[in-house]
Amino acid sequence: MTVCVVGCGAVGSLFAANLARLDDVEVWAYDLAREHVDAINRNGLRLTGAGEVTGRPRATSDPAELPPCDFGIVATKAMHTDAAVAATAHAFGNGCVATVQNGLGNEEAIARHCERVIRGTTFPAGKIVAPGVVQWDVKGDTTFGPFEERPAPLAEAERLADACTRGGMPTAAVADARGPQWRKVIFNAATNPLGALTGLTHGRVCEQPPLRRLVTQLVDEGKAVAAAQRIELDADPEELIDYAARPEVAYDHKASMLQDIEARRPTEVDYLNGGIVGFGRRHGVATPGHDSVWALVKGVEASWAQ
Amino acid sequence: MTRVCVAGAGVIGSLFAAFLSRVAEVSVLTRREEHARALTENGLRVSGRADFVARVSAAAVDPAALPEPELVILASKANDLDALAARLSGSFGDAILMPVQNGLGADEIVARHGDWRLLSSVTFMSGTRHSDTHVEYILDTATWIGPDRGTTGDEAREAAALIAASGLKAEAFDELRPALWSKLIFNATVNAVAALTGLPHDFHFGQLERETDLGHLVRDLIDEGKAVAAAAGVELKEDPWEMNMLATRRGFRHYPSMLEDVEARRTTEVDMITGALVREGARHGVAVPLHTALLRLVKGKEASWE
Repeated sequence: MTVCVVGCGAVGSLFAANLARLDDVEVWAYDLAREHVDAINRNGLRLTGAGEVTGRPRATSDPAELPPCDFGIVATKAMHTDAAVAATAHAFGNGCVATVQNGLGNEEAIARHCERVIRGTTFPAGKIVAPGVVQWDVKGDTTFGPFEERPAPLAEAERLADACTRGGMPTAAVADARGPQWRKVIFNAATNPLGALTGLTHGRVCEQPPLRRLVTQLVDEGKAVAAAQRIELDADPEELIDYAARPEVAYDHKASMLQDIEARRPTEVDYLNGGIVGFGRRHGVATPGHDSVWALVKGVEASWAQ
Repeated sequence: MTRVCVAGAGVIGSLFAAFLSRVAEVSVLTRREEHARALTENGLRVSGRADFVARVSAAAVDPAALPEPELVILASKANDLDALAARLSGSFGDAILMPVQNGLGADEIVARHGDWRLLSSVTFMSGTRHSDTHVEYILDTATWIGPDRGTTGDEAREAAALIAASGLKAEAFDELRPALWSKLIFNATVNAVAALTGLPHDFHFGQLERETDLGHLVRDLIDEGKAVAAAAGVELKEDPWEMNMLATRRGFRHYPSMLEDVEARRTTEVDMITGALVREGARHGVAVPLHTALLRLVKGKEASWE
C-alpha cells in the first residue's frame, strides 16, 4: 500500500511517522517547507512526547516526484486544502483521499480534484519543534467514512483505518463519519474563538461562568445545525469541553486560533465558525453567536493590516 | 446656584469639587473621616489639563455637618449610588440632586431614598486619582444635563452654565434620555467591537459587502440597542447606525477608550456601558444576546491579564 500525507505539519507528521513504521506501507510526505522535508529525508521523522517514534517516509516538495498512491491523507491547514490537493491530485487518480483536517468544507475542496473522498476526523495533536521533529502532545482516536457526495468505498476506508491502527494511530471506519466530525467542529468552534478573542487558555475560558455560558450557547447553535442535517453526534461536545478543561488534560492549552492570533497568522475561523454558519444558512438554522465571533475574529485579522 | 455639595470624592467628584470651588461655595461629603480632614486642611490639588489647588468650604462624613446646598452632585461609583443616596435620606430637602454615573437608571435609584428634585446627567470626563487631595484631569469631555423629576430645562441650563463657568465642559438638554440612549448604544457597540478586534473605529465598522464584514455585526448590535430603547419608551435623538456611518465615512480612525484600556491592560468601562444596555434589556424583557456575548468576552479579556 502506498500512502501520501499531503501537508506534513504536526498532525500530518503523526500519521506519516507512524505509518512509516509498517513494512507493508510505503509512505510519502508532501510539504512545502523545504527545511522540514530535507530534515526528514536526512534523519527520518521523529516524534517525541506521547510516543517516541522515528519513521522514514520519503519527503518531497515536488508533486511530480509522487508515485501513484492508494491513499492520500490531507493534513494541511484548511485554507491550503485546495492548492495542496490541486498540486497532488494526479497521484490519486486510482486512489482514495482522506482528510484529517480541522473544520468543515475540506471534503468538498478535495472532491473538486479527486474522485473518491474519505471524510475524516482526528483528535491527536502536536507541534513541530524543529525541522523533522514533532512534539506529540495528545493521543486520540481517528474516524474515517465515505464522503457522501463523492464516496470512497467503505472497504477502502477500512483498509486505511486498519493501517493507521496497526501503525499506532487508533482509527475506526464507519458508514457515517459526520457525528465525530461535528462533535469536534462544535468543540473547536465553541471554544477556540473565545480563547482567541480573550487571550485565555481553554481552562480559564471554562472556569469563568459567563464565558462558559457563551460556550454553551455556541455549542447549542452547532448542535441545532447538526440536528437539521440529521447528524447524530457520537458524544456531547460539552463532555469533551469539560474534560479538556481539567488541569491534567488541556487547562493550560492555548487554542490553535489563539496561537495563530498571537503570531498574527490567518486563523481557521472560516472553516470552523464560518462552516457552521454556512451549513446553518443552507438548513434554515439561525446562528447569531457564530456569526458574531466569526466577524470579530475576521476583525482581528483585519486589524493587522492597519 | 451658589452653594454646591459634591457627594462622593473619587476622581469625578474631586474634579467637580475642585473646579466648582472657583465659582461657588463647595462642600464635600466623603465616606472616610480622614479624607474629610485632609480636604479641609490641604484643599484639593488638580494637575493634568489644569494646575491649581482648590479650597473647599467644608468636608464631612455626615451631611448634617455640611451647609445646606442648592445643588448636590452625586459622584460615587454606580455600584455605590444606592448606599450614598440612603445616607442622604432626610437631608438637603430643598436641594436639587444630580447623579452623574455612567450608564442608566441612576435617577430611579436616588428617587427610592427621598423626594428631592432631580437633574439627570452623565459625565464623559475622566481623570486619575493620585491621593485623597490630588486628582489629575485627563479627558476634558462634557457633562450632559437634562431636567428630571421636579426640574425644568432652565434649571438644567443653570447647572450646566455653572459647571462651564468653573472651567469644565457641560451641555444642557431639554430632554436628556434621547441623546443619552443614542450615545449609549453607539458607545456600547463601537467600544466593545474595537476592544475585541483591535480595530480603531474605522471603515470596517460600516462595511456590509461580504458576509463576514464587520458592519453586519455592528448593525445587529445597534438594532439590539434600538429594541431596548423602544421597549423603554425612548425615542432616540440620533440613529446610532447613522452616527457610526458618519464617523467612519469621514475617514477618521478614532481610538475608542475601551480599545486604549485593553491595549494598556486596564480594567475597562464595559460594565457601565455595555452592562447598562444588558441590564436595561433584562428590565424591559428584550433579549440582547449579542451585547451579552460581547460583555462576557471583554470581561474575559480583562481576566487574561489579571
